[in-house]
Amino acid sequence: MELWFSEYHSQYAKFSIKVKEELFNKKSDYQHVVIMDTFEFGRVLVLDGYLMVTEKDEFIYHDMIVHVSMAVNPDAKRILVIGAGDGGSIRELCRYSTIEHIDMVEIDPMVVEACKQHLPRTACSFDDPRVHLYFEDGLKFVRRKQNEYDLILVDSTDPFGPGEGLFTREFYGNCYKALNDRGILVNQHESTFYDEYVDKMRHVQHMLKEIFPKVYVYQAHIPTYPSGHWLFGYASKYYDPIKDLQAARWNGLGIKTKYYNTELHLGCFALPNYVKELLSCNE
Amino acid sequence: MNYTQQNTPIHEALMKLRKNRTVHFDVPGHKGERGIPELTAFLGVDCLKTDVNSMKPLDNLIHPVGVIKAAEELAAEAFRAKAAFLMVNGTTSAVQAMIMSTCKAGDKIIMPRNVHRSSINALVVCGAIPVYVNPGVNERLGIPLGMPMEELEAAIEANPDAKAVMVNNPTYYGICSNLPQIVKLAHQHNMKVLVDEAHGAHFYFGDGLPISAMDAGADMSAVSMHKTGGSLTQSSFLLCNNDIDPSYVRQIINLTQTTSGSYLLMASLDIARKYMYFNGKEVVRKILELSEYARGEINRLGGYYAFSTEIVDKNATFDFDRTKLSVNTIEIGLAGIEVYDLLRDEYDIQLEFGDIGNFLAVISAGDRLFEIERLISALSEIKRIYGKERVGMLSHEYIEPEVVFTPQKAFYHDKKSVLLEDSIGHIAGEFVMCYPPGIPILAPGERITKEIVEYIRYAKEKGSSITGPKDMNIEYINIIDF
Repeated sequence: MELWFSEYHSQYAKFSIKVKEELFNKKSDYQHVVIMDTFEFGRVLVLDGYLMVTEKDEFIYHDMIVHVSMAVNPDAKRILVIGAGDGGSIRELCRYSTIEHIDMVEIDPMVVEACKQHLPRTACSFDDPRVHLYFEDGLKFVRRKQNEYDLILVDSTDPFGPGEGLFTREFYGNCYKALNDRGILVNQHESTFYDEYVDKMRHVQHMLKEIFPKVYVYQAHIPTYPSGHWLFGYASKYYDPIKDLQAARWNGLGIKTKYYNTELHLGCFALPNYVKELLSCNE
Repeated sequence: MNYTQQNTPIHEALMKLRKNRTVHFDVPGHKGERGIPELTAFLGVDCLKTDVNSMKPLDNLIHPVGVIKAAEELAAEAFRAKAAFLMVNGTTSAVQAMIMSTCKAGDKIIMPRNVHRSSINALVVCGAIPVYVNPGVNERLGIPLGMPMEELEAAIEANPDAKAVMVNNPTYYGICSNLPQIVKLAHQHNMKVLVDEAHGAHFYFGDGLPISAMDAGADMSAVSMHKTGGSLTQSSFLLCNNDIDPSYVRQIINLTQTTSGSYLLMASLDIARKYMYFNGKEVVRKILELSEYARGEINRLGGYYAFSTEIVDKNATFDFDRTKLSVNTIEIGLAGIEVYDLLRDEYDIQLEFGDIGNFLAVISAGDRLFEIERLISALSEIKRIYGKERVGMLSHEYIEPEVVFTPQKAFYHDKKSVLLEDSIGHIAGEFVMCYPPGIPILAPGERITKEIVEYIRYAKEKGSSITGPKDMNIEYINIIDF
C-alpha cells in the first residue's frame, strides 16, 4: 500500500509526495495541523492541507526571509517575527550574536508544540534566552508597539485563513509604526505563477508602496511551494536593499549558509518580466 | 401534527417537496433549475428549487392553515407572544401593519420625533395624525435618545384621545426606553403600545440584554429577524400580545402584502427561529464578549469613544444594548462618516453606518476575533494617519412641530417650491432632516416657522448634513399650495 499526500497548486494542478508515516494530526482552534515523514522531503509540516515546511528545502525559505535584510542592516538588534511557528526563522536569527532581542508572535500554540516534538531541525531555538514567544494575533501584538524594532519578519501562512489579517493595510501600517526610523519589513509574498493570489499580491504591493518609501520584491526557488518560484516583499523606511548591502561586513560574520550568499543577494532582486509587470514592482 | 421548537414546519415541507419530484405547471416560471441557466449557476440549484409558489403542502401566507400556521405558532411561542406573523415585505411592512391595525384615519398616535420613515409612510397610507414626543439628544454624542417619561406623560395628557404609543426600541445606536413604564402608562389611558423592535430580535434570546417588547407587555412589535436574528434580508416577524385580534391584523397585513410570499424568506425565518431558540443564549454571549472586547480596545486607542451602559440615565436612555458597537469619533477630529469611508475605501472594512459624530459596527454570530482585530487595528491607523484637532458640533435644539395637515393630506396635496425665507407661515410639503442627530426638523403637513428657518440656516452653517428637500442646496423648499 502506498500513502501519498497531495496539495492543489491550482484548481487543476496537484503536487504529490509519498508518505512514510504520519507523526502528528490534530485540529487546533485555528487550523488542521499535520506533520508527516516523507521519502523525498523528510519531515513536513502541513497546515489546512498546505505544505508549510519540508526538511529538505526549508533552508531556502529561512535563509531568504532572514539573511537578505540582515545583510542590509547587520546592526539590527531588536527583531519581531510574526508567524513562523516551525521555528526556522528564529533559528537563523539566533545565529547572529549581535541580535539582542527577538519577539516571536505565533497565533497557534499547537504548531509550536507539534514542531518542537517532530520538527527539531527547525524548532531548535525556542530556548534561546533572546527569544520571547507570544501566542496571539500578530495584528493585535504589533498594534501596541511603537518605534521598537529594527526588523519585522512576517513569516505567515497564505492570505486566506488565519494569516489573512497579515496581508492588510492596517497590519502594514501598524508595522510601520512599530519599526524605528531605519526599520525593515520582510514578508512572505506568495507567488505570481498561478492566478489565485495574483490580485491579492498586487494589492499588497500597492499598500506597501503607500506606506513605505522603499518597496521591493525578491525571489527564491523553493521546490515544494506552488510553481517553485517564490517571492518575498522587502519594505524599508531607509535602507535600499541593493545600494545599502553590506557584503563585506556580512561575509565577515562567517555565517555559513546553504542557499544565501551576497552575490545571490544582488541577483534575487532581478525579477522575471512577467512578475515585474503583474506586481508593478522593482522598476 | 404536534410541532415543537425542534421543528421547522415550512423548511421540512420544502425538503419533502424536493424529494417528490413533482412536475410543475405553476409559477415561478424558472421551474427550479432549468429556466435560466445563468441564474441557476449563480444562486445554486437548491436555492432555485426552494423558490416555489404556494401549494397545498406548503400552505398559503394569505390564509395560513397548515405549515405556515404552525411556523407562526412556533414563532409566537419562541418570542413569548400571543400571535406571530411571518413578514416577507420587510420590517417596514410590519411597522405599517402595527399602525394600521391600531389607528384609523383621523386617529392620533404618539410617537418619538425620530421614528423610522416607515412609520410616517404608514400615516400617509392610513391617515392617522402623529403627536410627536421630543426624544432628547445626548449632546456629547449628538445622537437622539429614547422616550423620556415626562415628555410622554405630557403628550398623553394633552392627547387623551390618542389610540396608540409607538416606541423605537432599541434605536439604531442601541438606546432603549423604559418599556414597562411606558406600557403601564399607556394602558392606563387605553392606548396600545407598538414597538419598532427592528434592531432588537436578539433581545428575546440572550442574557444580559435590555427587556424585549413582549416581555414588557407591549401590544405589538415589529422584529427584524434578518438584522440580528440571522434570517434572509427582508424577512421579519410581527408579534401580537394582549387583546390584539390576530385575525384583524391578518386582514390589515393582506391589504399590502404580496400574494406570492417567498418561501426562501419564510424558510429562513423558520430556521432562524429554531436556531435562536436553541442557540440564542450562546450566540448573544459570544457577541457580547466580542463587542465588550472591541469597546475596551477601541477606548484604549484614545480619541475614539465606544460608549456603553455608562450613558444610561434611567430615563431617555433607560438602557443600552451592549451588542451594538457604537463609536463616537469627534475627539479624533474626524466625522463618523469619514471614518466609515476610510475603513471602506482604504481598509476593505464595511460598517453599518456613519453619521457626523459616530459610526456603528454590527457584530453578529458571524464574527470572529480576527475581524474584530482588523477593525481595531484599522481604527488605530486611521487615528495615527488622519487624526486632527476636534471640530465643533452644532448644539441641537428641539422645535415642537405644529401638525396642521395629516401626513396623508400633505402627501396628496398640490405643492410648490419657494425660497426658504418665503416659506415662513406656510405648511411644509416635504421632510427636512438634519444629521446629526437625525431628527426631522419638518415633516410633511407641519407649519414652517421663523424659528425653524433660522435653525435650518444655523445647521447649514455648522456644516450639518441636511436631507429631505429635493433642492440639494436647501435654498428652496416645497410647501403646500392652496
